[in-house]
Amino acid sequence: MAKYPLRILALVYLLFLLVLPVGLVVWRTFDKGLGRIVDVLTSPNFTHAFAVTLSVSVWAVLANTVFGVGTAILLVRHRFPGKRLLGALIDLPLAVSPVVVGLALILVYGKFAPAGGWLEDHGLQIIFSLPGMVLATIFVSLPLVVRAIVPVLEEMGDEQEQAAHTLGASRWQSFRRITVPGIRAALGYGVVLCLARALGEYGAVAVVSGRLVGQTQTATLYVEERYQNYDQTAAFTTATALALIAIVILLITKLLRPKEND
Amino acid sequence: MKLRTRAIAVSAALLLPGTALTACAGTADNSSSSGDSGGEVTLALVAYSTPQAAYEQLIAAFQKTDAGKKVKFTQSYGASGDQSRAVASGLKADIVAFSLEPDITRLVTAKLVDASWNSDQYKGMITDSVAVIGTRKGNPKNLKTWDDLAKPGVQVLTPNPFTSGGAKWNILAGYGAKSKKGTDPQAGATYLDALFHNVPVQDNSGRASLQTFTSGKGDAFISYENEALFAQKNGQAVDYTVPDDTILIENPIAVTSNSAHPTEAKAFLDFLHTPAAQKIYAENGYRPVVKDAGGPSFPNPSGLFTIGDLGGWSKVNKELFDPGQSVMASIEQKLGVSTSAAPSPAASKK
Amino acid sequence: MTATVVKPTGSGTSPGPAGPVFRKRRPVGTALGLGTAVLYLSLIVLIPLAAVVWRSTEGGWDTFWAAVRTPDAWAALELTVGASLVVALINVVMGTVIAWVLVRDKFWGKSIVDTLIDLPFALPTIVAGLVLLALYGTNSPLHINIAYTRLSVGVALLFVTLPFVVRTVQPVLKELDRDMEQAAYSLGASPFTTFRRIILPNLAPAMISGAGLAFTRAIAEYGSTNLLTGSIPFETQVSAVNIFGRIESDDTTAAAAISTVLLVVAFIVLIVLDLFQRWSARRG
Repeated sequence: MAKYPLRILALVYLLFLLVLPVGLVVWRTFDKGLGRIVDVLTSPNFTHAFAVTLSVSVWAVLANTVFGVGTAILLVRHRFPGKRLLGALIDLPLAVSPVVVGLALILVYGKFAPAGGWLEDHGLQIIFSLPGMVLATIFVSLPLVVRAIVPVLEEMGDEQEQAAHTLGASRWQSFRRITVPGIRAALGYGVVLCLARALGEYGAVAVVSGRLVGQTQTATLYVEERYQNYDQTAAFTTATALALIAIVILLITKLLRPKEND
Repeated sequence: MKLRTRAIAVSAALLLPGTALTACAGTADNSSSSGDSGGEVTLALVAYSTPQAAYEQLIAAFQKTDAGKKVKFTQSYGASGDQSRAVASGLKADIVAFSLEPDITRLVTAKLVDASWNSDQYKGMITDSVAVIGTRKGNPKNLKTWDDLAKPGVQVLTPNPFTSGGAKWNILAGYGAKSKKGTDPQAGATYLDALFHNVPVQDNSGRASLQTFTSGKGDAFISYENEALFAQKNGQAVDYTVPDDTILIENPIAVTSNSAHPTEAKAFLDFLHTPAAQKIYAENGYRPVVKDAGGPSFPNPSGLFTIGDLGGWSKVNKELFDPGQSVMASIEQKLGVSTSAAPSPAASKK
Repeated sequence: MTATVVKPTGSGTSPGPAGPVFRKRRPVGTALGLGTAVLYLSLIVLIPLAAVVWRSTEGGWDTFWAAVRTPDAWAALELTVGASLVVALINVVMGTVIAWVLVRDKFWGKSIVDTLIDLPFALPTIVAGLVLLALYGTNSPLHINIAYTRLSVGVALLFVTLPFVVRTVQPVLKELDRDMEQAAYSLGASPFTTFRRIILPNLAPAMISGAGLAFTRAIAEYGSTNLLTGSIPFETQVSAVNIFGRIESDDTTAAAAISTVLLVVAFIVLIVLDLFQRWSARRG
């Protein structure tokens, strides 16, 4: 049915919306030559920015993975009232604007908030510091691991786990040897999605970071700051690096995706 | 199983540098700075957006001196008012450098800066500049005076004075010129009204406003001299004119009272007043406060006036910039732009 | 949240291990697992969001409404909701077209295209803004300069919402039973009629679901809009940027009020979607 026009329409749309913009930035990155790019890649602020991004993301992914696995099992294998509500609440972060995430965290963990003030008096600063960035990143990527695992857990059924239990396996053994291998691919997929979201976070960390160059400045914030300082090469280089990371992550998710999609 | 083990191994490998980084970042303590291992001190500099390039050079120069050998810096740059509010809200700082005095006064009120911060010979100021009129390269529309900016059909960019300190200087320059240094407030207010009808966008900081201009919007922009120079230095196609009647922009700097390293912070401040440091400022487009610092020279406008000539910040803030009731508040309300601090019930009665 | 007692569910089913069990040394049951999950969720998501709504009510309904109706805030809300609706509709059409091409068509490089669809999910929004600015801004090699226009808001939102409808429609299209289509063709129906009467009704739930998700994503967007649109108040400033400005100015009550409006709109859409999905699932 109208094969060629549809195909052309789709491809042209994607070309002008997706491919050309990204391609142009990658192209323009090399405008001023490899030398400038190497300068950027080795500059301390660039490496610091990526170090911050990485450490914040790793913490967030770890926390959300633990939460994700536990909650997925809770949702699928256990019965309790309010289960659907819990499921809906877990999906909340997907509907919240990143700027609102930042505001929400400031209102609870900022210096003038009861919780935040108490914590600061006892030596732990959350907002304008790394813990705040980690919290913001956890917030925005929270549902991803859970959502990846739940369908697979549901499909898996718990007969094997039950069998293991009757054979005398402890809960931990049953988890480690039966549940985990069963959800391996889905877990990997969820973790990678969570990592992608964490690495790319911009709005929420922009609100809570305090813009401390080299300390709370993530790679995404670095892109913005370099662009504002007319350092187009650095901004484009970082953008290209982030885009390449995104593409690599896409390829990994494609491999790990539980269902065949092609 | 293998994936899990591998995942754990990879996470551990990533976590170790991550944890190390977090530990070294060490902002999780009560004092302004940390990392005091081996006599090394970290100072937190919180500054407004425009002097980032200058401070990067100044810090490097300071670290070459004896006083600065073991001092490391964290730096934060943003709109002056926003940065000031951030420090008041808990952003750790040892040295604060803003674009206008009230942003320091806010911290004095919040007991984060000593009231004696400006009792030195420089009155607490570290650099000067002047307000200029910036245009496209070659000034195709021949915009050179304050009157030119208020002509119909001209689009002028200047930031929102309720979020940006730079905008206040810009406004005061035109106001002071047209009101004959404050002696004719009505003429000044009329001018501002006409001017702001020509402002299509009020960005939230001086740098953002400059960015909007260099991206193609507007015919002219009002900014500091040093911003216009910065744009030119970075290959942007802008020109600027120093009007005869313009305001002397004075930028303050101070050490915070809750700094964990007041000695080192003061040492940095003293360094910034040396001729060598002032020369670096000059090379970045800032007028030195210290005489004979060397470096490039700057034109002297014949009708230069200061904030003092206009009655000082308290008077000016009350008459021109009070968010509830003032010259700029009524202009902004007519344009429908937020004056932020007030909940603006008045605006909703339009 | 209600903590619950572990009910004896009969032989064979034991309460399975809850996630955090391997970090704690005592035996756990549903209650502890649930409690931990709820605590985590509360500390990070629920309490902060509640704080936003709570803060927005500080000063009463009048202050809330005044803050929302501030001219630039209201203009931003109108632009945000309006642009997101338009973008959602465009996505319904283009998303379905792309899904169709990916499922029913065959050409070299199709799997590459399929992978690329997810790029807006993985790409940081600031990078999205930068790439769009490069191609459609002042220095555009195509000489298309839409910077600082309302159109640019739409383009930025189209970019970030690209995958939503595609990914909800694709699986449905794949599973679609082609027998009915074949029957329709053999009875003489044109491809268009077949699409309209047989395929579309089957796709509609997925299209609507994807559109709802796209809408919710679009109204929340922040990072990709700043660079290309210039965030001009009243013209190209979206609500998230407006809220950001309020936060920076320490006007947290107003920021909270506008945020609450965005949250309420998002929740309404999601609830409607959920109800719609349950209704259409019942219809079979």
